[in-house]
Amino acid sequence: MKNILTIIKKEFARFFGDKRLVLTTLILPGLLIFTIYTFMGSAIFNGTQVDENYVTTIYTINAPASFQEKIQPLLTESQFQAEYKAIDASDKEGINRIKQEIQNQNIDLCIEFSPDFDQKVAEYDVSLGITAPYIRMYYNSVKSESFAAYSLLNTMFTNYEGTLTNKFDINMQPDIQFDLATNEDLTATILGMLLPFLILMFLFSGCMAVAPESIAGEKERGTIATLLVTPMKRSELAMGKLMSLSVIAVLCAISSFIGTIISLPNLMKGMGELEITASYQFIDYIWLLLIIISTVLILIGLISVISAYAKSVKEATTLVTPLMIVVMVIGLFAMLSKSTEVSSNYLIYLIPIYNSIKVMGNIFSFQMAVVPVLITIVSNVVYASAFVFFLTKMFNSEKVMFSK
Amino acid sequence: MDIVLEAKHLKKTFRLSKKQQKIEKTNQAEKIAVNDLSFDLKKGEIFGLLGPNGAGKTTTLRMISTLIKSDSGDVLVEGYSAKEHPEEVRDRIGFLTSELKLEDFFTPNYLFDFFSRLHGVDEETASNRKKALFEKFGIDQFAEVKVANLSTGMKQKVSLVISIVHDPSIIVFDEPTNGLDVLTAKVVTDFLQELKQAGKTILVSTHIFSLVEKICDRVGIIINGKMIVCDELAHITQGRALEDVFFDIYQNEVGDAE
Ligand SMILES: Nc1ncnc2c1ncn2[C@@H]1O[C@H](COP(=O)(O)OP(=O)(O)O)[C@@H](O)[C@H]1O
Ligand SMILES: [Mg+2]
Repeated sequence: MKNILTIIKKEFARFFGDKRLVLTTLILPGLLIFTIYTFMGSAIFNGTQVDENYVTTIYTINAPASFQEKIQPLLTESQFQAEYKAIDASDKEGINRIKQEIQNQNIDLCIEFSPDFDQKVAEYDVSLGITAPYIRMYYNSVKSESFAAYSLLNTMFTNYEGTLTNKFDINMQPDIQFDLATNEDLTATILGMLLPFLILMFLFSGCMAVAPESIAGEKERGTIATLLVTPMKRSELAMGKLMSLSVIAVLCAISSFIGTIISLPNLMKGMGELEITASYQFIDYIWLLLIIISTVLILIGLISVISAYAKSVKEATTLVTPLMIVVMVIGLFAMLSKSTEVSSNYLIYLIPIYNSIKVMGNIFSFQMAVVPVLITIVSNVVYASAFVFFLTKMFNSEKVMFSK
Repeated sequence: MDIVLEAKHLKKTFRLSKKQQKIEKTNQAEKIAVNDLSFDLKKGEIFGLLGPNGAGKTTTLRMISTLIKSDSGDVLVEGYSAKEHPEEVRDRIGFLTSELKLEDFFTPNYLFDFFSRLHGVDEETASNRKKALFEKFGIDQFAEVKVANLSTGMKQKVSLVISIVHDPSIIVFDEPTNGLDVLTAKVVTDFLQELKQAGKTILVSTHIFSLVEKICDRVGIIINGKMIVCDELAHITQGRALEDVFFDIYQNEVGDAE
């Protein structure tokens, strides 16, 4: 027991004493994720957002009275500010110049109505077989203000058309809430699917950052042989290594996790102004932490065994790549298999990685069930002890430790 | 005299990969590195394993230190079997070979404490021992310098000191003066003699005749994994130079074809 602690202390001294290592594996990933997600979020956000004080320039041709009387007040009501200018239909040159200016992004929109629009609309009947009156809108989808104005007016005209031939109303009473999903549900679905997989990736990269270096690296440099001639048991060395590496890997993952959590609102905002109002209980976090630790134990165990087998850090990294693909595929499977629902078949919670993704999904979507979580944690710990056993075997094997 | 270490019929065979077969210029898939090797260490003596490169000296010492396991035969250290109680054996010997490296990132000071703890040395004893040994080898001058920044000679001194943090009664050194400059080599040989004075038992392997003549009480001459002669130095040399005696034995054994 004392020897395990001594090894753990040494591994910590090695890691935390190395400022560059701490910076590149602990601080940088979280910071990078935060920066990238926030940037991505704001890039998407800015792409669709129009400044509230922007005054849209709109030219109209043959504008009917109804446009000024019915549509414009609605537009003003919805905080849409525009400057309307009329141009005569016979001014072909002027119209061409306006189109050119729309292309150059100086004018936002040009709306052309059928001549005598209101009258034609009133007379129009589908059964008459004549062509319907038209509205033509020229816009520039590259300029977000232009596109926003086009979309808004498109909706307005469609609605207006609907009121003219009104036969029935869909969801028109403003005092009734029709979308019964709560913000929590929405958050839950997104977080429940996305976050477990993200966490798995962070955990894996955290483990990759430390395990090959600490095991294959020590073997490659011949420093592990110095440990092997001390009276310490091989099993103590294996336990000490796995425990300390797991702690460091969890810290790495937490860094990435924090980066994700604080940038997630920004990212979501870009995707459609969702607000994350989910609130998890303290106990949820405890379960989550336990699941994460048990998952890391497995990942560290796997990568350590592979690293012990490899002759160098480089070889270890190469050998781990197929494993990474397998883990990711299992993760994806779990993510896409209704990961937020609790499965009634408890046996699936015995499948490592898959089980972690599932139960994390349950927790994020407020559907945690204790038994699957316990099965997951316990089975993961059992698998991890198997890895301790394997690693001890490998430390004991001269073929593995001194292969040239 | 007490026998503190017994090597009994040690045998070790290595499987050779295709690449190794090429290097060794053989097409045999196996190499018998040590072949039925036996010898004893008596308390308080310096025993030398003498042999040319590839004779099997390092392999023998690695079996004694429990880094590798013998195919057959065993080593008894103060009664403990290397096969059954490797931890007890490691606790009683200090092993030094160029194969054992120290982590670049740490300082001699840290490493001494770390290995003392792994050997179960209590803190006060470790601290006193560290002071004495660091002073003796001049390590106190660079005790806080990372191993990465030390010269080869400095590293060797630190490795030596680390190998005896637990004050073992048996000290096993593989080619103790190999790669050392003459001054450091002298420090090391003097130290070995000092350890002997202090009642320690010492096993060294070497291919250097002068080293054996200078410090060894008894010698085992090992060629192709076999112990050819094992006797007191004076008995073997009979007043002649060890080098001459060795080549006579070698010729007898291998023929001068090689
Ligand atoms: N791990 C190994 N794999 C294959 N052959 C080895 C291995 N270790 C040593 N040998 C071979 O065993 C023989 C004895 O080696 P060694 O004990 O290092 O000799 P010495 O130390 O006397 O120079 C040599 O022929 C060497 O090539
Ligand atoms: Mg050798």
